Amino acid sequence: MHARATILPLTLDRLTYARGGETLIDGISATIGASSRTVVLGPNGAGKSLLLRLCHGLIAPTDGAVRWAGADAFGRQDVARRQALVFQRPVLLRRSALANITYALSLQGRLGRGERHARARDALASVGLAHVAERPARVLSGGEQQRLAIARAAALKPDVLFLDEPTASLDPGACRAIEDAIRAIDAAGTKIIMTTHDLGQARRLADEVLFLCRGRLLEHTPAEEFFERPRTPQAAAFLRGDIVG
Amino acid sequence: MGTAVPGREARLQGFDEALAAAWRLIVTGDTALVEIAALSLKVSLTAVFCAALIGLPLGAALALARFPGRGAVIVVINALMGLPPVVAGLLVYLLLSRAGPLGPYGLLFTPTAMVIAQTLLVTPIIAALTRQVVADLWTEYSEQLTSLGAGRLRAVPTLLWDARFSLVTAVLAGLGRAMAEVGAILVVGGNIDGVTRTMTTAIALETSKGDLPLALGLGIVLLVIVLVINAAAHLFGATARRAAG
Repeated sequence: MHARATILPLTLDRLTYARGGETLIDGISATIGASSRTVVLGPNGAGKSLLLRLCHGLIAPTDGAVRWAGADAFGRQDVARRQALVFQRPVLLRRSALANITYALSLQGRLGRGERHARARDALASVGLAHVAERPARVLSGGEQQRLAIARAAALKPDVLFLDEPTASLDPGACRAIEDAIRAIDAAGTKIIMTTHDLGQARRLADEVLFLCRGRLLEHTPAEEFFERPRTPQAAAFLRGDIVG
Repeated sequence: MGTAVPGREARLQGFDEALAAAWRLIVTGDTALVEIAALSLKVSLTAVFCAALIGLPLGAALALARFPGRGAVIVVINALMGLPPVVAGLLVYLLLSRAGPLGPYGLLFTPTAMVIAQTLLVTPIIAALTRQVVADLWTEYSEQLTSLGAGRLRAVPTLLWDARFSLVTAVLAGLGRAMAEVGAILVVGGNIDGVTRTMTTAIALETSKGDLPLALGLGIVLLVIVLVINAAAHLFGATARRAAG
């Protein structure tokens, strides 16, 4: 894998987000590098999804900052274009699976029509959806819709791909297909930052873990260390399956 | 004594007789009736087409745009849904009358004048309903579209397209008003035989003259046309919705 110019690393500087007098993200500082799959773990309500949205720039922090190393080199708009986020419940447009991807590519405004179609077909094939290219996206099954959303994000060839609970409420077969897709995107050189509440999935996919509890970052460690020797009692309890938070 | 007053009363026929005569007019394709019905359709469809051209993007823009006075504009457009047709007719009459700003074009008492008046009536309906539909859709889509890099302006055509099934209903509501309306087209069209006589103005006139068969025949045709249009739209919508999810 050859190095390419990217907007990473990502630095969170005392990142804070409060709403209605409640601090939901509480002074998180961390540096996330380009070379590993990062999994954000934590109990429900820990602020995992919120953290992804803040990093992606969908919401503005009330205090602190999100900094991309490449911000100066690429400019603000380009930094936004070099990221993609797959939502827990992705919104697919009421058009064909293929058109969902070409639409996203056309928003980037860099590729011609032919190129967009070629790239969209490649993206569909890479998640095993080539056979439903012309089908309306909204009639696909839950697992297929999630894979389409991942293909749509991956087709943009972002530096960073955020995934929010990519396999929530999917059957094992669909989960496996999605984890394979995530590995392939990682192998193609896109940084993966994802949340999951599935510990097995975290063990399979994580190179490093960010452990969140009540909006605070309690651990930021290599995955192996996190699962073998958690440093905080909260993480230990979480790994045992106790209710934390 | 009764025969001494050969007024309107004397020419009034029984309902059965009128209905039978009306049926004969329809079945034989009476020229006057066909001409009137055709003009009605032409005027109303043209007006709805123009109103959709203005109202759809206007409504969508109002749903997404944030500017000072936006609330006032929305209130005014909602209020204009209830604009009395005769008042709309009066406004257009003043615009088009010889002394008015558009007087030199000589449009008063032409089908074009009727199209203008009906467009004025229908645009607020389409715009107000579109605003509601698109605003609801935007709450579902905003994060996803923002993440993909679509700004609010770019989102307008996307949302209009994805709301297409609901918007058919908005346009039909507009068509309903245009087809049913008498006041505005009577004022600006003048109900001139063979030129600006439509189904509704003819029904009003023939009823007051006592020629019930033509009035009733036109009434039946009007009802059937409105029913057919709505049934077709319903069937189309149901089928398309099923196919597109």
